[in-house]
Amino acid sequence: MIAIIDYDAGNLRSVEKALLSIGEQAVITRDADVLRKADKVILPGVGAFGVAMEKLHQYGLVDVIKEVAVSGKPFLGICLGLQLMFDSSDESEGVEGLKILPGKIRLIPDSEGLKIPHMGWNSLNIRPGAKLFQGIEDPAYVYFVHSFYLDAENKADVAATTEYGTLIDASVEHENIFACQFHPEKSGDTGILILRNFAAL
Amino acid sequence: MFTKRIIPCLDVLNGRVVKGTQFLNLRDAGDPVEVGALYGKEGADELVFLDITASSDSRNITLEMVKKVAETIFIPFTVGGGIRTVDDFKTILREGADKIAVNSAALMNPQLISEAAEKFGSQCVVVAIDAKKRADGSGWNVYKNGGRIDMNMDAVEWAIKANKLGAGEILLTSMDCDGTKEGYDLELTRAISEAVSIPVIASGGAGKMEHFYDALTTGKADAVLAASLFHYREMEIRDVKNYLNNKGISVRH
Repeated sequence: MIAIIDYDAGNLRSVEKALLSIGEQAVITRDADVLRKADKVILPGVGAFGVAMEKLHQYGLVDVIKEVAVSGKPFLGICLGLQLMFDSSDESEGVEGLKILPGKIRLIPDSEGLKIPHMGWNSLNIRPGAKLFQGIEDPAYVYFVHSFYLDAENKADVAATTEYGTLIDASVEHENIFACQFHPEKSGDTGILILRNFAAL
Repeated sequence: MFTKRIIPCLDVLNGRVVKGTQFLNLRDAGDPVEVGALYGKEGADELVFLDITASSDSRNITLEMVKKVAETIFIPFTVGGGIRTVDDFKTILREGADKIAVNSAALMNPQLISEAAEKFGSQCVVVAIDAKKRADGSGWNVYKNGGRIDMNMDAVEWAIKANKLGAGEILLTSMDCDGTKEGYDLELTRAISEAVSIPVIASGGAGKMEHFYDALTTGKADAVLAASLFHYREMEIRDVKNYLNNKGISVRH
């Protein structure tokens, strides 16, 4: 069973529906015991970094998320969920992230002809052997919606990158910890395969 | 490589896809969930469902449709038509829609844009603008109620305001070009795309492959939307993408 963490952050149902479509059992929850008992945990999210951290604190989820992340159980952050797993974000200065992995969330720099947010389909440069991307061939297009991006401190953790005015760390993989800046649940067949790979871990 | 988006639009009336010209003469074109799923398979980058009845009695039919689409199709989709309040946003997003398009309601109450953006994020707030060239040719006016009422408001100014209020995207329909198949209004599309910092979806007038190309280059659109061309199989989404790719436009293929 895959637990999807509920902290009032938008796209929970989309993630759940995508998992159901590939025959996985999914539960949307903020119950610490359910999270501890789940086989895998997903931290989704849409919205602002500071507000989301405030919600995680409000629902008493910060400690249990950190506990689950070090337990060795597969853990996947999606979009804002990825951002929350790092140290801090330009979006909400002074707010501490979950610090599961080291890195900063930065504002996508202005560049000629590129609109902000980075909204739409972009291709990935995938690190060979990355577990979430098994069986995915070039060019792999996935759907992004974000204005802030990950600059991971440990580049060895980066499983895929993309370009949008700057180099964006689009996915990370560190032992049992995984995260995607893009939305696999909205990335068509490629995204569904990524979720299948996660479910099969 | 970041790509330009090709977006089929499904106009939905009482739970069925319909299409007319210049907002009139509606014809039946199928079940929205089936048509949407087919487009998804054929390479659509997103889908837009516009509930053109937009009366309170059709709301439940629309919600049922949104739910089925979300269970079937795993690409982003937008729902528009008759959305008036932040609660309407909540109900439709909860059923699985990714974005909500607002038109008349945003004109009547611009704060709806900022309230929805604050609550659900700018990424899900699409401001749909129906624009028509003024008789003196000096620019374009915004219309509400499905193109029935002239707001006597400049379209470019309204787009800038919507951007400032927190809209995540502009869905721009040229009423002059809609249904004509003579091409998008490039001048209008470019004027608005250059005036805002958010993506602009060009809509109304696609009839040939080069119309898509023109909207994405001369018109500076970030995405192109079409309805009847795809419904009546006059053109396949894949063929449009191949054409654009060959012309050097980056598309997902």
